[in-house]
Amino acid sequence: MSDLHYLSPRTLDEAIKAFSDAGETARILAGGTDLLVQMRAGTVRPGTIIDIKKIGEMTDIEEAPDGSFVVGAAVSGAVLAEHPRFGAVWPGVLEAVNLIGSTQIQGRASAGGNLCNASPAGDSVPALVAAGATVTVAGPNGRRQLPVEAVPAGPGRTNLARGEIVVGFRFPPRPPGSSDAYLRMIPRTEMDIAVVGCGVSLTLRDGICTAARVALGAVAPTVLLVEAAGKALTGSKLDDAAVDAAAAACRAVCRPIDDKRGTIEYRTKIAGVLLKRAVRIAADRVRGA
Amino acid sequence: MTVQDNKWIGKRTIRPDGADKVTGRAAYAADATMTGMIWAKILRSPHAHARIRSIDTAKAEALPGVRAVMTGMDLVHFPVEKSVMLGIQDMRWMSRNVMAREKALFPGHPVAAVAATSESIAAEALKLIEVDYEVLPWVIDVEEAMKPGAPILHDFVRFEGAPSNIAGRLEHKLGDVEAGFAKADVVVERSFRTKPIHQGYIEPHACLVSVLPDGKTTIWSSSQGQFMVRAMCAYLTGIPQSDIRAIPAEIGGGFGGKTIIYLEPVAMVLSKKSGRPVKMVMTRDEVFRATGPTSGSFSTVKIGATKDGRIVAAKGTFHLQAGAFPGSPIRGAAGCAFSPYDIANVHSLGLDVVSNRSKVAAYRAPGAPLGAYGVECVLDEVAEALKMDPLQFRLKNAAKEGTKAAYGPTFPRIGYEETLRAAFEHPHYKAPLGPKRGRGVASGFWFNAGGESSAQVSITEDGNVVVVTGHPDIGGSRASTANITAELLGIDYRKVSVSIGDTSSIGFSNLTGGSRVTYASAMVVTHSTEKVIKTLCERAAKIWKIDPEAVVWQDGTARPAGENAGKFPPLTLAEIAARASETGGPIGAGTQLNTTGAEGGFGTHICDVEVDVELGIVRVLRYTAIQDAGRAIHPSYVEGQMQGGVAQGIGWALSEEYLYDKHGRVDNASFLDYRMPVCSDLPMLDTVIIEVPNPKHPQGVRGVGEVPVVPPLAAVSNAVYNALGRRFYSLPMSPPKVLAELDRAK
Amino acid sequence: MAKLQVSTTINGEPVEFLCSPGETMLDALRGPLGLTGSKEGCGSGDCGACTITLDGRLVCSCLVLAAEAEGRQIGTIEGMAKGGHLHPLQTKFLEMAALQCGICTPGVLMAARALLERNPDPTEEEVRFWLAGNLCRCTGYDKIVRAVLETAAELREAAQ
Repeated sequence: MSDLHYLSPRTLDEAIKAFSDAGETARILAGGTDLLVQMRAGTVRPGTIIDIKKIGEMTDIEEAPDGSFVVGAAVSGAVLAEHPRFGAVWPGVLEAVNLIGSTQIQGRASAGGNLCNASPAGDSVPALVAAGATVTVAGPNGRRQLPVEAVPAGPGRTNLARGEIVVGFRFPPRPPGSSDAYLRMIPRTEMDIAVVGCGVSLTLRDGICTAARVALGAVAPTVLLVEAAGKALTGSKLDDAAVDAAAAACRAVCRPIDDKRGTIEYRTKIAGVLLKRAVRIAADRVRGA
Repeated sequence: MTVQDNKWIGKRTIRPDGADKVTGRAAYAADATMTGMIWAKILRSPHAHARIRSIDTAKAEALPGVRAVMTGMDLVHFPVEKSVMLGIQDMRWMSRNVMAREKALFPGHPVAAVAATSESIAAEALKLIEVDYEVLPWVIDVEEAMKPGAPILHDFVRFEGAPSNIAGRLEHKLGDVEAGFAKADVVVERSFRTKPIHQGYIEPHACLVSVLPDGKTTIWSSSQGQFMVRAMCAYLTGIPQSDIRAIPAEIGGGFGGKTIIYLEPVAMVLSKKSGRPVKMVMTRDEVFRATGPTSGSFSTVKIGATKDGRIVAAKGTFHLQAGAFPGSPIRGAAGCAFSPYDIANVHSLGLDVVSNRSKVAAYRAPGAPLGAYGVECVLDEVAEALKMDPLQFRLKNAAKEGTKAAYGPTFPRIGYEETLRAAFEHPHYKAPLGPKRGRGVASGFWFNAGGESSAQVSITEDGNVVVVTGHPDIGGSRASTANITAELLGIDYRKVSVSIGDTSSIGFSNLTGGSRVTYASAMVVTHSTEKVIKTLCERAAKIWKIDPEAVVWQDGTARPAGENAGKFPPLTLAEIAARASETGGPIGAGTQLNTTGAEGGFGTHICDVEVDVELGIVRVLRYTAIQDAGRAIHPSYVEGQMQGGVAQGIGWALSEEYLYDKHGRVDNASFLDYRMPVCSDLPMLDTVIIEVPNPKHPQGVRGVGEVPVVPPLAAVSNAVYNALGRRFYSLPMSPPKVLAELDRAK
Repeated sequence: MAKLQVSTTINGEPVEFLCSPGETMLDALRGPLGLTGSKEGCGSGDCGACTITLDGRLVCSCLVLAAEAEGRQIGTIEGMAKGGHLHPLQTKFLEMAALQCGICTPGVLMAARALLERNPDPTEEEVRFWLAGNLCRCTGYDKIVRAVLETAAELREAAQ
């Protein structure tokens, strides 16, 4: 750590420039709940740390007149939870972000950091994907938007180009009758990395599911958007047959690893269980239960 | 004195040392600094098993900022042929555990150390040390380590004539088990497996050591025994005990894991070489990789009973992992497993098995939870086969006064039956259970210890009391000491100040462990206070010019014993203290004793669980721990010991375990993946304190700290069986295991 | 390696210190600032023994760079008692023996205080989940949770 530099730019342009100039060993610092752990363990040795928390766009939450939300990439879980409206519209996304660690971690951890850390088990990501959220990315070549699921490339790797920074998330306007849920399995009640995470977002009209998106975490090198599961639910009344089919579709796409947090067999089995429960919770939320 | 008559004993007083802890001002070892202090770090073997051919420290020594370097050769050499015991620890192993000599025996085994002017320079210097290892095959699991053809850790360890990893054996026998089993109507035999479990103290090991050029040494450390620190450091470094002053810092948890040393001798050698005070603090990673957890185990338990519910024979074989050097707690496993029961025919065998992981350290009733796990689960199966209530079954066979325990003694008056009856009568036992919920019970026993203790009670010139004792206070024992002193003297509790002395300021006192601190210090504090009271009466007699026999001490004052002694108004402690010089000098008394009469402790627990059968997750919904404390000097801290032990036992049963990668290295060396219960994992932990006074102790005290961790492994297992109808014979009962078992049942 | 100069406020008082860019706030507190009440139990945000507040927000100081304290408000255990008076939580913890070895206690108290400031009437479950990031090995959490709930009740009554 002897040549480490710390910068805290006040504008996005400054940050992009600094990030570019600093080269390969630069790291973006939002909450630090991954970066500092990795530095401590010696798995990451940054040359320059660029703290983006002073940049307004990255720490703001905006609700547009059309009902869409733009959430800055560095907004902490605690701040997101305090927003008067976000959690009512996107309870699944909020609970996913709020499951990243303890109260203390929540005071710092952000969806942007969680996404860019690209752990296959990151809690916020399945819910963001199920929500159909997009990210705004800014770099030396300007801005672009991409779906959240396009960002992770593999464990610890993203598809962002060199010098690009995730600026914020956009959540589309919610049709009436929509809600979402995120469930994860952990052995304790808190503090653990997800063994499997499942995000479900759906829209119900007159008892029929008109739209559904399902995403799974920790069962593959990156988050999986399980289109077959979404299709199984769409057009149905969320009856047992449809939900079972969606669960089977989830099990079918699992390609997890055996590691200290779960085995292939176990993860695959419970992916289906979590899907069923998450669908029920999302549906109950729509119905106001 | 009954509890109702007591003003302080048995009351929930505020601990005298609390304000510093709630304000962050309490001084733990890592908080200490000394001028000129430098930092040291340890180089650890990456290999599970390797011969150390050579260590070259030249480049490290040349790095600017490095002040000293050491290896195992800098410690006193204890040849493997000759055992050198200090209590239950053999210095041959302790020295090699602190720093490897011939071989690295586990990943994380210290092989060298560096002291430098900053932590980062010390860390850089470690990378410059060149170690030539001859890597050897390794083995960790206790069953694997016993198999023929397993890699042998120590050439000198032999079992039944052949080189082996079985390094020790302990056996208890009563009667004739085979004859007993022949008479049994029901016989159940099962095997059980557990994983290594860490004590999990939140404070990593830390010390600050200063060795002066003349060898005078001061050690500040986080430890459960400053006298143990002094003695072990003297053995390992060759510096005489009288030159070493070991000061116990406040300690952030130990549970037995800090009854040995890791850092202090290293810091001593480096301090001596560098001429500077040396500070060493372990990282959490180091704590998990390289400090003793307790044994993993493989055990077989067989119990036979006749149809009237009498146990006629019991046999247990307990194989415990010792880690890199001999010394697993087979004594606790083999000795405690059957001790709650009156059984005529018992054969209890413990085998100590070395393997390539860090040497075990004591963990709260060492070995006893492992023994009780198998026994209490098998008892449950036997009770079920007999169609008897599990508590009634235990009651029918309960040890009582006059029962001979397999490990040797005949029990005096004990309170085990009382715990069983209390459990049976407790509302928890009758509370209704919903679906997917189950209830289990289990009992447990621990020897408890007495041992050496010293206390000094002094009256200050302004009429208050200072008590100095010798045992580090891990759990609030200073409060109990103050309760006793205040009670005996008849003064306000707040007038008593209690502190823990260091090796230069208080007489020899054995470790904080063995559930002995309140027991032993209460005894010596009682003795010292009684001596002080005698002195106070003598001084009053002098003042009144009457016979000392004619003075009594009552309600905090000296009074004439009767009308005939004279009409003198009572003299308070303060009044006598004010006249101390003129009546003979300072008023105080000390006691040094090897306290005896500690008797074993018994507990019975009730546990309710709920199982999420789709995910395999077991949650404890309700828990009640009942224990005979003899006399609860401070009920809150007795309850606290019970609740802490229960929480550890629940973690042991459900979520904690060491995981290893394919190189034999610990894979989960962090609090993230070594899963101890967090606040939201547990319900309230209810406690019932039974008081059957220990006849051999002046206050009736029985040790309480260790018994609580003994029953939970089986209590939780039996509850899971009750919920699911499936028995588990290995721990932890983690979700994948539970789910796999449920699927197998379908 | 040039040190950074940081100007911050700790427990309401303006403070300046020097730190390396890679140093954590915990390192700075326990080192140059001499505030050793925050403890290192793990260094990776898993135990909560280093809990402080950063602009009123509960965080693990081992996961905050010391440099980030610039211009912000830091709260540590040393600031919990005011003058010579213990905070009601501190008093209640002592009364109810909600600590044994005390190493986790500063972190637990910081977290509990933050909870009661936000939610004066928490349920047992809310207390337990809020404190899930504070590991305790001695108490089994029972007396800690009871002490928090009782303090909350007393504070509510006092407010009436």
